[in-house]
Amino acid sequence: MNPTPASVTQAVLARHIGEPGALLPILHEVQDALGHIPREVVPQIAEGLNLSRAEVHGVVTYYHHFRAEAPGRHVVQVCRAEACQAMGSDALMAHAEHALGCHTHGGHGSTSADGRYTLNPVYCLGLCASSPAVVVNDKLHARMTPAKFDKVIGALGADA
Amino acid sequence: MSAVTVYVPRDSAALAVGADEVAAALQAECARRGLALNLVRNGSRGMFWLETLVEVATPQGRVAYGPVEADDVPALLDAGLLSGAAHALCHGVTEQIPYLAKQERLTFARMGITDPLSIADYEAHEGFAGLRAALSLQPEAIVQQVLDSGLRGRGGAAFPTGIKWKTVAAAQAAQKYVVCNADEGDSGTFSDRMTMEGDPFMLIEGMTIAALAVGATRGYVYIRSEYPDAIATMNEAVARATAAGYLGDDVLGSGRAFHLTIRKAAGAYVCGEETAMLESLEGKRGIVRAKPPLPAIEGLFGQPTVINNVISFASVPLILARGAAFYRDYGVGRSRGTLPMQLAGNIKHGGLVEKAFGVTLRELMFDFGGGSATGRPIKTAQVGGPLGTYLPESQWDLPLDYEAYAAVGAVVGHGGIVVHDDSADLSKLARYAMEFCAIESCGKCTPCRIGSTRGVEVIAKIMAPPSPKTNKPQQVQLLRDLCDTMVNGSLCAMGGMTPYPVLSALNHFPQDFGLATPDREAA
Repeated sequence: MNPTPASVTQAVLARHIGEPGALLPILHEVQDALGHIPREVVPQIAEGLNLSRAEVHGVVTYYHHFRAEAPGRHVVQVCRAEACQAMGSDALMAHAEHALGCHTHGGHGSTSADGRYTLNPVYCLGLCASSPAVVVNDKLHARMTPAKFDKVIGALGADA
Repeated sequence: MSAVTVYVPRDSAALAVGADEVAAALQAECARRGLALNLVRNGSRGMFWLETLVEVATPQGRVAYGPVEADDVPALLDAGLLSGAAHALCHGVTEQIPYLAKQERLTFARMGITDPLSIADYEAHEGFAGLRAALSLQPEAIVQQVLDSGLRGRGGAAFPTGIKWKTVAAAQAAQKYVVCNADEGDSGTFSDRMTMEGDPFMLIEGMTIAALAVGATRGYVYIRSEYPDAIATMNEAVARATAAGYLGDDVLGSGRAFHLTIRKAAGAYVCGEETAMLESLEGKRGIVRAKPPLPAIEGLFGQPTVINNVISFASVPLILARGAAFYRDYGVGRSRGTLPMQLAGNIKHGGLVEKAFGVTLRELMFDFGGGSATGRPIKTAQVGGPLGTYLPESQWDLPLDYEAYAAVGAVVGHGGIVVHDDSADLSKLARYAMEFCAIESCGKCTPCRIGSTRGVEVIAKIMAPPSPKTNKPQQVQLLRDLCDTMVNGSLCAMGGMTPYPVLSALNHFPQDFGLATPDREAA
């Protein structure tokens, strides 16, 4: 039997019982297991920690890292911070948006219509001496160029 | 033939340019040729333009090759890599590379030299000497050492570390905490990341000394989620330090307890502000708290809490091991010791440069950095992260110290230096500063939450092509008024310092805003 969001969340909650300030670690583990934090598990987490739903919802929506929607099959992050801007990240982001069929606005990312890619802006990966930097499915890439970007995306292969 | 020791860094800046692939190629190719290889995954030396930097142990010392790609490995072995032989990518003995030889590496003394997760390696390089010294001292004497060293908070605020510790030590409470702020969100900074990935026991040692000094038994390291490698390395280092008796119920048999927990942040820049970080650690939205009460009196879970940046804690073991005077003898004025500075952005030789305070930006950008990466003239550098000012050439010869920078309205901050060449448009960067504040504001105070959005709009109007409808001088005045409100009315540095880059851009580069004459009314 496949684990359900509820059973995954239950197991995560059980691991953190009695731990002070455990909401962020719990949300991280739920998102790591499920890819996102489904709305349906918010009441369950609230009950487990004796918080209101509003408090849990507030935390999920406050932090850029947490997402309530499932992402695309490949998650791409392009750094938009100053050091990467100094090395052409604006043009790289424009290239990525075109290549992946996504558009970003301000701090917000988007998922392509076919659900293959999610493109997110990110504000500093700590690779500022090797700019511009991107992350593709948790793998870091530095000194990125549009041509290298296409190669990395091309190597992802067809969807299973 | 005995195995040759070869070093391939595991720092994420090396991984991001293929260090794992280089390591795999070396192992495969040496196995194929029947060559005995002892591969060590070290931290980075901090010369990022040379990553992946492969080092080979030779009788003359470690010899450096870089930047090495996986495809280069067969040719390098053909040329005699394992005996440190000449090759186009060879830079000779690593320690003699001018970039490293000219530095004063105190805090980063082990960086790139040791295996980050080897306790034996750490101990062989003066590791835990500071903790052992601290265990022989009364808590007040530890605090006194830190006070005497002149160490000030390396996160950016530059508050004397010893005074903070003294306050927490004097507070009466059943539970006190030591919290490390590792939410290194400033663009152009990576010294915290390098420390956690490349010398994690140094941070653990510094925090343990703080715990002994103030009487805390629990600690947290709050690490940004954008640093997964640092989180993994710190978790493993805490596990190993606990197993070896450096952490836990009985630190080195002293009867003193210190338990350390790694916490992963969730991508909110403002959580680098200490009270927002405390809220986040407590499981809440990272909203800034009003001060007072100071965290030293009422911090995490309402208890007295020492909060320091990674580099502040990391500076402490050496101070205890070698004495306060040793550290204090570096630096100038009231800026004592060294600062691990980070050369970033459009720079030919970007990386980590640890120098005593007093070095100039010009020395850093040209003597170390070698000028811009693009080869074009350097226009400006932003020092101190997204809330730091853009420095024009007239300020490049100032000694880099807290007071000299403050005197011109600039900040040293966390020591990040982001270089821009002459293609940079400072009006665009000023607008970006406001955009970033709008995205990252916690929303608690109006000047930051609303002011940043108004700031984006006003700068956009100033940048727009002239038309009869726009009164540019009026918009510029509006922007200055807005900045004044943000500086004086915001609850924390997020809103309070976003005007720094904006006004420095406007004052020093008015031509980028379509303004003819230099306008230097405000700094």
